[in-house]
Amino acid sequence: MFGFIIQRLLATIPVLGMVAVFVFLMLRLTPGDPAAVLAGDNGTPEQIEQIRQSLGLNEPLLVQLGIWVGNLLQGDFGQSYFFKKDVAELILLRVEPTLALAITTLILTIAVAVPIGVIAAYKHGTWIDRAVMAFSVAGFSVPVFVLGYILIYVFAMEVKLFPVQGYKEISDGFWPFLHRLILPSITLSVIYIALIARITRASVLEILGEDYIRTAYAKGLTPSTVLRKHALRNAAVPIVTVIGIGIALLIGGVVVTESVYNIPGLGRLTVDAVLGRDYPTIQAVIIVFSFVYVVINLLVDLTYSLLDPRIRY
Amino acid sequence: MNWGRLIVKNAAKTALAAAIALPMSIGMNAAASAETTLRVVMHSDLKIVDPIWTTAYMSRNYGYMVYDTLFAMDSDTTVHPQMVDTYTVSDDKLAYTLTLRDGLKWHDGAPVTSEDCIASIKRWGSKDSMGQKLLEFVADFTVVDDKTFTINMKKPYGLVIASLAKPSSNVPFMMPKRVAETPSSDQITDYTGSGPFVFNTEEWKPGDVAVFEKFDDYVPRSEPASWGAGGKVVNVDRVEWISIKDHQTAVNALLEGEVDYLEAPPTDLLPLFEGNDDITAKILNPLGNQYMFRLNWLHPPFDNVKMRRAALMAINQVDFVQATIGNPDYYKECPAMFVCGTSFASDEGTEIVMKSDIEGAKKLLEEAGYDGTPVVVMQSTDVDVLNNLGPVAADKLKQAGFNVDLQAMDWQTLVARRAKKEAPSEGGWNVFMTSWTAADILNPISAAGYGASCDKAWFGWPCDEKMEELREAFATETDEGKQKALAIEIQKRAMEVVTHAHAGQWYQVPAWRSDKLSGVLGGPFPIFWNIAKSE
Amino acid sequence: MTEGTENLVDAAASADASSRRATVWEQLVRNTSVMVGGAIMALMVLIAICAPLLGTMDPSDIDPAWRNKKPGTERTLTADDGTQSTWVYLMGTDTLGRDTYSRVIYGAQVSLAVGLIVAVLSLAIGLVVGMVSGYIRWLDGIVMRVMDGLMAIPGILLAIALVSLADAGLVTVILAITIPEIPRVVRLVRSIVLSIREEPYVEAAISVGTRLHLILIRHVLPNTIAPLIVQGTYICASAILVEAILSFLGVGIPPETPTWGNIMAEGRILFRVFPHNILFPGIFLAITVLAVNMLGDGLRDTLDPRMRKRL
Repeated sequence: MFGFIIQRLLATIPVLGMVAVFVFLMLRLTPGDPAAVLAGDNGTPEQIEQIRQSLGLNEPLLVQLGIWVGNLLQGDFGQSYFFKKDVAELILLRVEPTLALAITTLILTIAVAVPIGVIAAYKHGTWIDRAVMAFSVAGFSVPVFVLGYILIYVFAMEVKLFPVQGYKEISDGFWPFLHRLILPSITLSVIYIALIARITRASVLEILGEDYIRTAYAKGLTPSTVLRKHALRNAAVPIVTVIGIGIALLIGGVVVTESVYNIPGLGRLTVDAVLGRDYPTIQAVIIVFSFVYVVINLLVDLTYSLLDPRIRY
Repeated sequence: MNWGRLIVKNAAKTALAAAIALPMSIGMNAAASAETTLRVVMHSDLKIVDPIWTTAYMSRNYGYMVYDTLFAMDSDTTVHPQMVDTYTVSDDKLAYTLTLRDGLKWHDGAPVTSEDCIASIKRWGSKDSMGQKLLEFVADFTVVDDKTFTINMKKPYGLVIASLAKPSSNVPFMMPKRVAETPSSDQITDYTGSGPFVFNTEEWKPGDVAVFEKFDDYVPRSEPASWGAGGKVVNVDRVEWISIKDHQTAVNALLEGEVDYLEAPPTDLLPLFEGNDDITAKILNPLGNQYMFRLNWLHPPFDNVKMRRAALMAINQVDFVQATIGNPDYYKECPAMFVCGTSFASDEGTEIVMKSDIEGAKKLLEEAGYDGTPVVVMQSTDVDVLNNLGPVAADKLKQAGFNVDLQAMDWQTLVARRAKKEAPSEGGWNVFMTSWTAADILNPISAAGYGASCDKAWFGWPCDEKMEELREAFATETDEGKQKALAIEIQKRAMEVVTHAHAGQWYQVPAWRSDKLSGVLGGPFPIFWNIAKSE
Repeated sequence: MTEGTENLVDAAASADASSRRATVWEQLVRNTSVMVGGAIMALMVLIAICAPLLGTMDPSDIDPAWRNKKPGTERTLTADDGTQSTWVYLMGTDTLGRDTYSRVIYGAQVSLAVGLIVAVLSLAIGLVVGMVSGYIRWLDGIVMRVMDGLMAIPGILLAIALVSLADAGLVTVILAITIPEIPRVVRLVRSIVLSIREEPYVEAAISVGTRLHLILIRHVLPNTIAPLIVQGTYICASAILVEAILSFLGVGIPPETPTWGNIMAEGRILFRVFPHNILFPGIFLAITVLAVNMLGDGLRDTLDPRMRKRL
């Protein structure tokens, strides 16, 4: 097992390298010129050319790649074209809000989705099942931004329970911090609750049809014990997979929520950087994201073997 | 990966900063009870903190907070001295001698000197189009004393003071000599100015919030404030520019009092403020903005003047402003290219863009032998006040018989693509639309659209000798009456050869909490001095 | 000998399959959620195909003078020959004065195409890659790392890149949505394969020397169908939504081509003032997602042998 972890961690290096080169080339091949953006709306062609020179964008592609990789190996992500600040510093500023939003959303999602999924499977065909399914359908038929607007309108404007927007750091006090995260987390988790509840229901339902479950009943075990000890445990692999995927989705998918609730997180940094063609920032953010994905996927794989002893590494 | 080290390093830095700041913040907290903070949502976020390096409007707005100018324009578009106390022009119009006001200080406490100003003019003049024109006429600068200097001209130039009072991008802001000596190709990293606010670099979170603090040693002029001129009296302790990307959210935040001032709420959302006594929504920039319809002269069909005229016949102003702004209170059909209500405004020769003449366009198109070459119209999809322009232009051109290819892209792709001289089929373009603050286009020198120096002209690369001659004549003319006549000639020429078209005048409508704020001033850029806030 | 045993195992498997086939159709017809879901989907497809016949106008016809009209606004049109007719904006108009009803109806074409194509593409590719990866151990590491890398690239970046490399359009948006979905399908399929390959009947098949592709097709594939259909319905629904999000960010299908997503994205700013541009496409979207899900659930209940056993 330990050897497996080491091997997997080593394997991240080529993945990151691959992503790095791919992203670098993709950005350079994408039309869009950071110099044109930097020069402003009234920038003249000469000014743009001058900026291209000073950013080194006129160097051959391979030279640019070489310089960037060289710096990267020394732990230097470079400077943002726009803010003239180290990209690493920019990212660190943005980690907390995104992490906070992701964690609260994840907790909310799992706390709600798994129980209702199991109950729906157990009460298969009853009104409870239908209600859960109806919710999960409704959950992902509404675009996140629409849901966000509606929740803001109802809970922040009409019933003034929450602020409309903004983020407070956890160092400003736990309640102000949490207070501003509640609506965004609900907004973001609805779609994941819908997804994970469905998958949970489907997996548990499948397991409930297995012979050993009948055997368990035949042994005289109570339904709750059967559910807990047999069904849930065996249904866990697909559920964990989807949760893993969910986390990955979350990291990429916070963009809209961050925008609607004005949370200064990584998602917004990424979109702003992409739309502004701030190459160093995009490259760094993607490498950080890749690293997180790889680690999460490793954790998911390890969880498999904990949950299902038949899977070995 | 070096993240571990970085985080540790950063944590250490934060701890250190906290340790240093602690005694200070205790001292500050005592005073904090009376501190007033103005929370503002601007039209975009502050990216580049060098208003000379870029023409971006946010950087210009930042410049007005942190820096001061030698001269400034007031609401009558009259130029007044600002940092300058008095100035004299020699009879031969070859020497301009400027004396600075008493008590001007940089944010670090050092006095503002002649040397600082000369260096600043030079840096601005190496970047800005109007500044470049000015420097072509300048022989040299001489320092008379710490507060007095002379600009020596090679020959008389009509726009010396007007250039130094240029109200919009790039504004000739004054910076300390050590900062102004940064090559204009590099961004500055020292944010010391002499303006009414100090930029708080520690609290700046790019893409989130930018913080300005009152500069206690700023000496305002005694005249009342009007645009960039007059006394810039600051009545709040702090101004925060909060970046809220989503308009709906920004409007909601204002309604709930979480922010005090929105620079640019979409006009379609203004009805939400109606009947709300706590909120005022009003046009603050009386000149507003002008949409621009720009054609590419390099490629067919618009390398042919008849085709360009046909395009001009097809479009009309009102469709553009209606589709983007909608409410007639906030737009104006304005036949004057140099902006209605200003000194060079005239209706001559522009009736062609006021009404669509589809039949005429069709006829002209036939006459010119249009062969169905596709016309690539670029449409931006992420700037609200521009999004709807592309479809309207495409629709009109289609009606006139052009074979239109409307291509949607984000604004940043558009600005990159418009710089490409290649054929439209190879990544170039035929038509795009943008918007200018009126203050940028009040005369044919500062307005980029009229330049017709072929390859060197602004995107679209018009090429017309006569236009260049007229502009040169305008620049060297010092008599205002003759300047006006030349401006009219230039306008007529612009329509004849179709450098571009003015596609309607429109106004941004800022909204603010009038229950808390008083003294909000109008101007061609957002003004935060003179505003007082009560909680 | 090996061959004989192999045939025996295979024969048993196919006998099972054919007996299932005989009853599947009846079961489908009997299943209400399949019937209702299928009927709604059929109706949506019909609407999409017949869009020009349903009293619509050109969905990209703009008229700034008639922008932001509330649903039910009437307008008198005068034709070239002087006859007058009344046009009712059933669902109002948008900020360019386009008829929202026509846009929603025409929007069905693109939205359904996006949803279905993305689902089919990502399931097909994901299934193949996932089965191979889950089954062939030495390939697993490499494939999964490539998938990790693929997943790590934010969809929006991919969308912008693709949209600007080619032109913004249906194909690029479909690709941009499909590519990030593939690794997710791969991981799901792989996790199932990992469990199944340890099952006694698979081990038996291996021990008698059944060839790889036969094992995959006969034993692994059937087991992946149920979870994949659930996943597929989710992808189909989410693709329609992701398309809306790309429009929200300004990099989706060009607004000239209506889709439910970009009608909503364009209408979002005016949500508080003119909610109809979000409401109507939203209703169509929700009904479609509901139908896709009912169809998915019904199919799963019917197709999955273990489910049948239990019922």
